[in-house]
Amino acid sequence: MYRVIEAGQLADRIFQIWVEAPHVARHALAGQFLVIRIDEHGERIPLTVSAVSGDLVRIIFMAVGKTTHQLSTLKAGDFIRDVAGPLGRPSEIGMFGTCVVVGGGAGIASCPIIARAARAAGNHVIGIIGARNAGFLILEDEMREACDDLFVATDDGSRGFHGFAADVLKEVIEGRKVDCVWIIGPAIMMKVTSEVTRPKGIRTFVSLNPIMVDGTGMCGSCRVQVGGETKFACVDGPEFNAHEVDFDLLMQRQRTYFDEEKASLERYHERACRCGEGGHHG
Amino acid sequence: MSARAGAGKAVTMGERPARERVRDFSEVDCGLSAEEAVAEAERCLQCKKPSCIKGCPVEIDIPLFIARIAERDFLGAARIIKEANLLPAVCGRVCPQEVQCEGACILGGKERPVRIGDLERFVADREREQGLVIPPVAEPTGKRVAVVGSGPAGLTAAAELARAGHNVTVFESLHEPGGVLMYGIPSFRLPKDVVQAEIDQLRGMGVEILTNHLAGASIPVADLHAYDAVFIGTGAGLPFFMNIPGEQLNGVYSANEFLTRVNLMHADRFPEYDTPVRHAGRVVVVGGGNVAMDAARVARRLGARVTLVYRRREEDLPARRAEVIRAQQEGVEFELCANPVRILGSHFVTGVECVRMEMCSLDDSGRPEPSPLKGSNFTIDADMVIQAIGQGPNPLLIRKIEGITYGRKGNILVDEEGRSSLEKVFAAGDVATGAATVILAMGGAKKAARAIDRMLREDQRDH
Ligand SMILES: Cc1cc2nc3c(=O)[nH]c(=O)nc-3n(C[C@H](O)[C@H](O)[C@H](O)COP(=O)(O)OP(=O)(O)OC[C@H]3O[C@@H](n4cnc5c(N)ncnc54)[C@H](O)[C@@H]3O)c2cc1C
Ligand SMILES: Cc1cc2nc3c(=O)[nH]c(=O)nc-3n(C[C@H](O)[C@H](O)[C@H](O)COP(=O)(O)OP(=O)(O)OC[C@H]3O[C@@H](n4cnc5c(N)ncnc54)[C@H](O)[C@@H]3O)c2cc1C
Ligand code: SF4
Ligand code: SF4
Ligand code: FES
Repeated sequence: MYRVIEAGQLADRIFQIWVEAPHVARHALAGQFLVIRIDEHGERIPLTVSAVSGDLVRIIFMAVGKTTHQLSTLKAGDFIRDVAGPLGRPSEIGMFGTCVVVGGGAGIASCPIIARAARAAGNHVIGIIGARNAGFLILEDEMREACDDLFVATDDGSRGFHGFAADVLKEVIEGRKVDCVWIIGPAIMMKVTSEVTRPKGIRTFVSLNPIMVDGTGMCGSCRVQVGGETKFACVDGPEFNAHEVDFDLLMQRQRTYFDEEKASLERYHERACRCGEGGHHG
Repeated sequence: MSARAGAGKAVTMGERPARERVRDFSEVDCGLSAEEAVAEAERCLQCKKPSCIKGCPVEIDIPLFIARIAERDFLGAARIIKEANLLPAVCGRVCPQEVQCEGACILGGKERPVRIGDLERFVADREREQGLVIPPVAEPTGKRVAVVGSGPAGLTAAAELARAGHNVTVFESLHEPGGVLMYGIPSFRLPKDVVQAEIDQLRGMGVEILTNHLAGASIPVADLHAYDAVFIGTGAGLPFFMNIPGEQLNGVYSANEFLTRVNLMHADRFPEYDTPVRHAGRVVVVGGGNVAMDAARVARRLGARVTLVYRRREEDLPARRAEVIRAQQEGVEFELCANPVRILGSHFVTGVECVRMEMCSLDDSGRPEPSPLKGSNFTIDADMVIQAIGQGPNPLLIRKIEGITYGRKGNILVDEEGRSSLEKVFAAGDVATGAATVILAMGGAKKAARAIDRMLREDQRDH
């Protein structure tokens, strides 16, 4: 059992939890993730290690389905049944020169830890964070602190630059020599944004988010195609060379349980309602 | 069904009818009644030089425990078994007895071997009904041993070392201990409460089991080396894929994924449990081993029509004969001498294209070598494909242990007693042998534990 120390909402549908998990906190590096299972009936879901402090780990997640909705109801003092990790390979941080860390939506959760690591390695780090609108934007202050420069973009212009993170990235790489780029967000955003760096052949990493079960290489649920080869994202990744990733396949496989997920969330909401309004929240 | 067998005649365990059992995940075998067990025990000749023991990798004193059953001292029988084997309810159910103890029983030549496995199971079940007795442990030695993995190998090593008085910590990456016993072998062959009860004994013996701990990550290799000894029992959990076109389609599973979703995560009870599994009308399982049989039988229980595709003939199926028969009884269809060449579909699987195989010359193992017959391609409709074509050791931890030597297939190289190329690091079970059996993993682990114990005691004397 792992105790929730702090829990709160960061933006529309985006929440954070600090959970006590020393075995993860003490060894986690930028780019790694953990797997949680809320209770005996829960599904194992992967979430990025977004920050570490002593024995605590922070996870930031968007409430999209049953598990993340349920997770969003946890409060300080509650428990998460299982927390396993740190999983996956850490980000390949080197002394590259100038790095850009691009985050989209809940993917911004992974950015500060990478930005800090890249900066600690001596890089000049530029951050770009983007969201649908100001209401969905997270970690702006933290990113401002972690990066040498930060650009903010929203699709509707409600905050920062009016447009996509990809548009900002394009301007940045036009303006100066960039040596390495991380792009983390929804699959479609990573696909589109990584096209920006392809023509210049800039080293670009994306963090892939296929459906996982164990997160340790024993099921193959997370398999992705990279450079024409099958890789297990949980052990060979989750970060891969963006320009070699088959994003269409990733998106196709993410939809494997579309109907089941929908049914599960509906059932969850129905039950939450039956327990009285906010039964699961109060 | 439980009619008393006449003295001297072998009894068979009761089996639930296929039509009934295929609708649920409850056990197929009903086990022996006390009368049946006593009658079967009386068949044992109490050989002076019992050959059966040689067939048991954990060296249970078989005639002795059987004699106790004949005397109706069932708990006494349990005590004897547990001196050698802490997982008798598991072994009694899943050991391939026909090639182990029973295969070596002297009665096998004349009539039928004593049903040692069924008797072991009977005794273990009896003891469990009354509450398992925790085996005694020796005075603490002050030595600390790290055991990585909680499958049969890790559990056995932990039990032996705890018995000897060492302080044992088990690291398990999944949320439940048990390894394949929990996530692989389905509950209709091995109920999960049976496994859990046997594992709980270990906790009673003072063994600490840390789940959610991935060795090499949650516990770095350097921390492992800080223990007085390390036992690695990480199994062979890395699934192989066929590498044919269409394998990335939604609905293509490794047997590991499919079985884990159902056995460990209870996807058969979705949405009561949150983990889903595809509900398919037609399933193709590829492979012919125990894993393939299990996958096929689980798929049947989820309501699918199931075809098992295997590239050799029926007599070449590597699965236990009894499991093949049960799969057939349960309505699994067999497409033998056939091999998939392509999985069809656009986003989701719609079928499997296979080719007929012709048996030609013999291969290294003396089995006929299958080769594809040109132009014999045919299609099986399917909305799910499960690949059960084998698995190897997971490289995750092994690659991080500097200086440890491993074979071409990624298996840790060890000597007879489980010693690796590194001092103080031992390994046994599937990670050393490649995918094998529960009892071979346990036998290997027991030997390694004894060697570790000897090493630690010499250590103690030297200091
Ligand atoms: C390495 C990795 C790191 C991730 N980090 C974060 C993070 O920091 N913050 C965050 O908000 N999300 C993260 N995700 C995605 C997160 O795991 C999913 O949003 C979550 O599993 C959804 O579960 P659900 O029950 O709420 O939704 P569901 O309704 O079950 O699913 C919604 C969508 O989430 C995806 N999903 C479902 N089950 C799984 C699963 N077991 N594993 C992976 N994806 C699944 C599917 O594509 C699905 O369509 C990460 C995914 C991976 C692989
Ligand atoms: C579906 C199926 C059916 C089978 N049926 C039978 C049968 O009927 N009879 C029979 O005798 N055999 C059967 N087998 C084979 C048998 O289960 C295995 O040979 C046996 O389980 C091997 O035991 P092990 O302890 O070596 O490994 P495993 O049982 O594989 O256990 C290894 C454990 O180590 C954990 N682990 C791995 N890496 C790490 C790490 N880095 N850190 C922490 N933990 C880690 C894993 O999560 C796992 O729990 C079957 C196998 C399968 C898959
Ligand atoms: S443990 Fe297995 S091999 Fe040994 S006696 Fe029991 S059934 Fe036979
Ligand atoms: S070999 Fe067979 S008959 Fe002889 S002691 Fe063993 S079980 Fe009994
Ligand atoms: S999640 Fe199972 S192999 Fe990656």
